[in-house]
This record gives sequence, structure tokens and C-alpha cells, in this order.
Amino acid sequence: MFARSGLRSTQRVFAGARNGAINVTKRAASTSSGAEASPVRLNIAAAASTAVAIGSIAWYYHLYGPTAHAMTPAEEGLHATKYPWVHQQWFKTFDHQALRRGFQVYREVCAACHSLQRVPYRAFVGTILTVDEAKAMAEENEYDTEPNDQGEIEKRPGKLSDYLPAPYKNDEAARFANNGALPPDLSLMVKARHGGCDYIFSLLTGYPDEPPAGAQVGAGLNFNPYFPGTGIAMARVLYDDLVDYEDGTRASTSQMAKDVTEFLNWAAEPEMDDRKRTGLKVLVVTSILFAATVWVKRYKWAYLKSRKIAYAPPKDANVQHRQ
Amino acid sequence: MAQLGTVYNLFFRRNYAMLATVFTTAFAWEMLYDNTMNKVWDNINKGRQWKDIRQKYIQGADDE
Ligand code: HEC
Repeated sequence: MFARSGLRSTQRVFAGARNGAINVTKRAASTSSGAEASPVRLNIAAAASTAVAIGSIAWYYHLYGPTAHAMTPAEEGLHATKYPWVHQQWFKTFDHQALRRGFQVYREVCAACHSLQRVPYRAFVGTILTVDEAKAMAEENEYDTEPNDQGEIEKRPGKLSDYLPAPYKNDEAARFANNGALPPDLSLMVKARHGGCDYIFSLLTGYPDEPPAGAQVGAGLNFNPYFPGTGIAMARVLYDDLVDYEDGTRASTSQMAKDVTEFLNWAAEPEMDDRKRTGLKVLVVTSILFAATVWVKRYKWAYLKSRKIAYAPPKDANVQHRQ
Repeated sequence: MAQLGTVYNLFFRRNYAMLATVFTTAFAWEMLYDNTMNKVWDNINKGRQWKDIRQKYIQGADDE
């Protein structure tokens, strides 16, 4: 309403400006009583107030409009490409064959530097490994026992309830071995970074052969456009045919990156398969119930909606008019 | 209608019968629904789950 009448009045002003003063004078004479408003002054006033309005909007936008970027695009890192991960579709589980390959990549490559400390061996049973495989793998490591009678702590082979061992004794050792950079724990990495799977995949496959001309790469750092700041302490680790997949899949760089990323997604969300299956059941049941409620509502309201209230005027004889 | 009368007398007339009916149907329905949906799920995700590839590795372990 307001917008329309406002528009009409501006149209009138412009029309006045276009058609010469006569029209405006006529209308002004008809609307305003007495005091003669000169058309020229009216036009100037309209133009000035429009200029002030546009100016203040522009000033406001200049001040508060654009988002302030504290960092340069290079410091933000390149946005990771969106990949069509099948396991991220609503009703799809992880591809467990891929998880098995990804775990192999983790064990043979990443585990040299990165821990996966929140994942116990028992989590692999029935998802990635058989019980025997998981037990054998756990037994390859030594863990501290509870203190014995003399308070000594001894070593025992790992059990299914143990968590994956870290490659370094502590963070200081990890930094010392990696030029001062700490390889972060990968258990929750997919959840911990913007872009999740897309980011990790892009990071692992995004190392150019040499940094582009003009790029500043610090000492001991490697150029990777996806890493915020572009200088990352981790060098490219995946090269074609680095691992020998037991299922015969060709271990190209991107294949390994995809598998290990899906595996890391599993490590961060081992409950995903069950969660989605329950979600499917919930969605089906609730949509049936929703359809039922809609139907019941329409059923109950049908007679209210379809009735017709008619007014039968009373016969004159029965009405007493007060005079 | 006669059958409906029997149904009513048998299952809904007395409170304990009604209660038993509710509990049993809830239980039965839950089993039926879960089973059906799990089948649908396994069908959507054919070949992706551990149970689909498990056989390869169980047999492999036996052979060694
Ligand atoms: C030679 C040791 C080494 C290996 C092997 C290695 N990394 Fe790293 N990784 C590092 C270091 C060091 C950092 C820390 C980089 C930094 O902060 O600049 C890192 C960081 C990361 C990050 C975090 C990047 C971020 O956004 O902070 C991810 C994800 C990662 N590595 C994944 C992997 C995966 C997956 C593998 C196996 C395919 C792997 N790394 C193998 C040393 C390694």
C-alpha cells in the first residue's frame, strides 16, 4: 500500500519534471490551498531528498554492508571442491570395502605421523576387520599393565579393548620429529575442518608439482592452496601405487585419498550407518502418521467446511420495531 | 457384523484383554516393521555393508 502510493507520488514528480511546469502547477493549485509552491522549488526538493536518501543508503552500505574479511583469500585457503560422496547421501551407508582400503592407507602411510587415538580395536570388528584380524592387529602392540604387587608396570600385548597406539610418545616428540609442526590426531578430523571430506580429499590431492610463481613458501613448508595460509608442514604423502590394495583396486593417488577420507569419516562417525537406518524408519513412520493426521483432520472438519449457514429473515409480523 | 462383535468381546471389552491386545500388537508390529525396513535398507545398500563382504575375509582366515 505504502510502497504503491509512494511510487505514484514519485512518478508524479518525474512526470512534472518531464511535462514542464504547467501540470504540476495545476495539481499543486488543486491540492494546496493558498500558499503558492513554485514547481522549480518542488523539483529541487524532490531531487535533493532523493539524493540524500540514496547517499545515506550508500554510506550505510559502505560502512556496514560488505563483510569484513580479517584474512586474505590466501590465508583462508582455497574452497574445497564439492564431491558427490556416495556415503553422504541420506540413505547410504559407508562402503565397507572402501573403509578396509582406507584403513590400509592409514596404517601404511598416515599412521607414521598421525595418531587415531579415539578409535579402539573393537570398533573394527564387524565393520572393517574380522575378529581374528582385529585381535592379531591389537596384539602387535604393547600396552602398559595395571601396577602389579610390587607397583611395577609391565608390558602386555594389546587387546580388542585397547585404543590404536600413537606414533609418538607425546606432542613434543611429534613436533620434534616434524620440524616443529604437530601432526594432529585424525580421529575427528572430518568433523573438525570446514568442508569435511571434501577438504581432506582436496588437501591430499591438491599439492602442485611446484608452487606457482610468486607464492611465498616458508622454510620447511609445502605449498598447498587448500590449506589455510597455503604453507603446510605436511608434504605430499600420496603417490600413485604407494600401497598394494589386497582387493586388487588400483592404488591411484585419488583412489587412496578417497578411501582414506571415507575411512576418516567412519572414524569420526562410526555410528553413521545405524543412525541413517534409524532415520529411514523414523521418516517412514512419521510420514504415515502425518498423512493419517491430515486425513483425520479433513474427515472431522468436512461437515463444518461443507455446511451452509443461511439467514432466513423473520416474518414481519413477528418483529417488534422500537420506534 | 457378527464377527466384529466377537472381536470386540474377545479383545476390547475387558480392560486386561485390551491391554494385552495393545501390547501384543505393538510388539508384533515393531518386529514386522523393523524386519521389513531392514530388508529395504539392505537392498538400498546392497554390496556396501560389512555383511556383504565379510564372507571373503572369513574364508580367507580359515584357509591360512
Ligand atoms: C611425514 C608425516 C606425515 C604423514 C605421513 C602424514 N601427515 Fe598429515 N600432517 C603432518 C603434519 C606435520 C601436519 C601438520 C601440518 C601443519 O600444521 O602445517 C599434518 C596435517 C594433516 C591434516 C590437517 C590439516 C589441517 O587442516 O590442519 C590432515 C587432515 C592430515 N595431515 C591428513 C593426513 C592423511 C590423511 C595422511 C595419510 C594419507 C597424512 N596426513 C600423512 C604430517 C604427516
